[in-house]
Amino acid sequence: MAHTNRRLKAFAYHLLVGGLALIMLYPIIWLAMSSLKPNDEIFTTAYSLLPSSFEWSNYSKGWAGFGGNTFANFYKNSFIIVIASTFGAVASSALVAYGFARVSYFGKAFWFTCMMITMMLPRDVTMIPQYILFSKLGWLASFKPIIIPQFFATPFFIFLIMQFIRTIPGELDEAAKIDGCSRYGIFFRIILPLIAPALVTSTIFAFYWNWEDFIHPLLYLNNPDLFPVSLALKLFLDTDAVNNWGGLFAMSTLSLVPIFVVFFLFQKYIVEGISTTGLKG
Amino acid sequence: MKKLRENDHLVGYVFSAPFILGFLVFTLYPILSSLYYSFTDYTMLGAPNWVGLDNYQKMLFHDDKYAKSVSVTLTYVLSSVPLRLAFALLVAMILNRAVTGIGLYRSAYYLPSLIGGSVAVSIMWSQVFGSDGLVNSVLRTFGVDASTNYVGSPGYAIWTLIALSVWQFGSSMLIFLAGLKSIPASYYEAASVDGANGLHRFFKITLPLLSPIILFNLIMQTISAFMTFTPAYIISRGDGRPVDETLVYSLYLYRKAFEFSSMGFASAMAWIMLIVIGLLTLLIFQSSKYWVHYETKGEG
Repeated sequence: MAHTNRRLKAFAYHLLVGGLALIMLYPIIWLAMSSLKPNDEIFTTAYSLLPSSFEWSNYSKGWAGFGGNTFANFYKNSFIIVIASTFGAVASSALVAYGFARVSYFGKAFWFTCMMITMMLPRDVTMIPQYILFSKLGWLASFKPIIIPQFFATPFFIFLIMQFIRTIPGELDEAAKIDGCSRYGIFFRIILPLIAPALVTSTIFAFYWNWEDFIHPLLYLNNPDLFPVSLALKLFLDTDAVNNWGGLFAMSTLSLVPIFVVFFLFQKYIVEGISTTGLKG
Repeated sequence: MKKLRENDHLVGYVFSAPFILGFLVFTLYPILSSLYYSFTDYTMLGAPNWVGLDNYQKMLFHDDKYAKSVSVTLTYVLSSVPLRLAFALLVAMILNRAVTGIGLYRSAYYLPSLIGGSVAVSIMWSQVFGSDGLVNSVLRTFGVDASTNYVGSPGYAIWTLIALSVWQFGSSMLIFLAGLKSIPASYYEAASVDGANGLHRFFKITLPLLSPIILFNLIMQTISAFMTFTPAYIISRGDGRPVDETLVYSLYLYRKAFEFSSMGFASAMAWIMLIVIGLLTLLIFQSSKYWVHYETKGEG
């Protein structure tokens, strides 16, 4: 009796938790399946996941893009922005994190406080003067205003890497110092290899944030030649009467693929990153 | 020894240079100039003219759109943040057990918050809640005569945005889950022996021990809810339609600054936002004395 009861409970648990998970994921599945439906079917049979025939041409129609700008170009732009920004953000944050975690110097507490405040500062406050600054520098209509600020360290990553450095025993630094290693040597030869997991976590999040970033490209790029994928999707909506639903759904689905791939490859790092520092996903 | 320490000052600044330079150029200078612009009529054409408190006065007392956007934003923040945290905590508690397949469930609940900020999801959401979208077509299969375009109707529009935000409870859930795992099982066992029921255990053990994590989540989620932009921009096609019902604060600020070139007015908006968020964060911190429980060593 007790045995059956327990199995019944386990079944009810999986039914509830699994059912709820399915409801959560359903819109994403719906988007992906609709991207394979013929254009006129997407909204007439929205209740059904299965298309009457698989319309792979939605992908080629969507990929063709707008006015000669194909998605090959938009993906290229996205990857340039994402790779440069991610590298800049993670590399600079690792340097700063080491300084904050291991070196004691005059004014450190002050700069650390500045960093914590920056972390909570609403973007809207700096957005306008930054725009004016970049326009005076002649950086508008290029990737510069999106990429260059990333080379000046991201508070969230500094914080995450700091936490990680603190778990490394200080004796390692001391031993290296006695062996004649400079601070820079200690950082590059000893600390850097040891903090690889924190660097991977930061890289993953930097990738996500930059891949999904919409407001900065919207602000700084006005020539479709330079649009990343996020901004290119908006072009579908700009034509007043949207008629290429299939293409829109197909390219929307495709834009999520890199996110899913990275998620399935690095799940462990993502879950740990969020759990330990409260990073927003 | 002294020489080494002095050297450390230099080394410290070399390592911290990226942050310090970035802070001065991309954060501090913009904050201060934003304050200055907020007292001017700057439009990016010609020099800014000092207008004193004009922008603030216009904004707070003579701008119906501003009042509307404040009310829309407050509805959004005050609904989405508590709902999101409640869902996160509830699902975290359900998932906090050793069952086969739990990792799969955890990923499934987390995925929406991973992709939720993207343009693709905002586009998807506006179609899910469109007149012939997923929601209505499901309702119709249940025999309900549903044809409302939720995204386009004044009463519903903001709630589609709130639903989109609540849908992304996954990252808070992961943080709660980590917190729940750190509560020793012996606490619950002891409470059960003393005859405490589930509700008691929740209010006397789970909630107090999680309260520091709840505080952290509450502050970070509130700040990011105030800044919400992309979903409102995409779903309302950039103008806060229907009739400004989705004109969240950041969207109105963006339109003022970059569509109407009222840099001064928009800067004043940004400063009011900064002050409100600052005060609210302070208020939450102050209130935490009464509801956040910090475990002291030697007590437990």
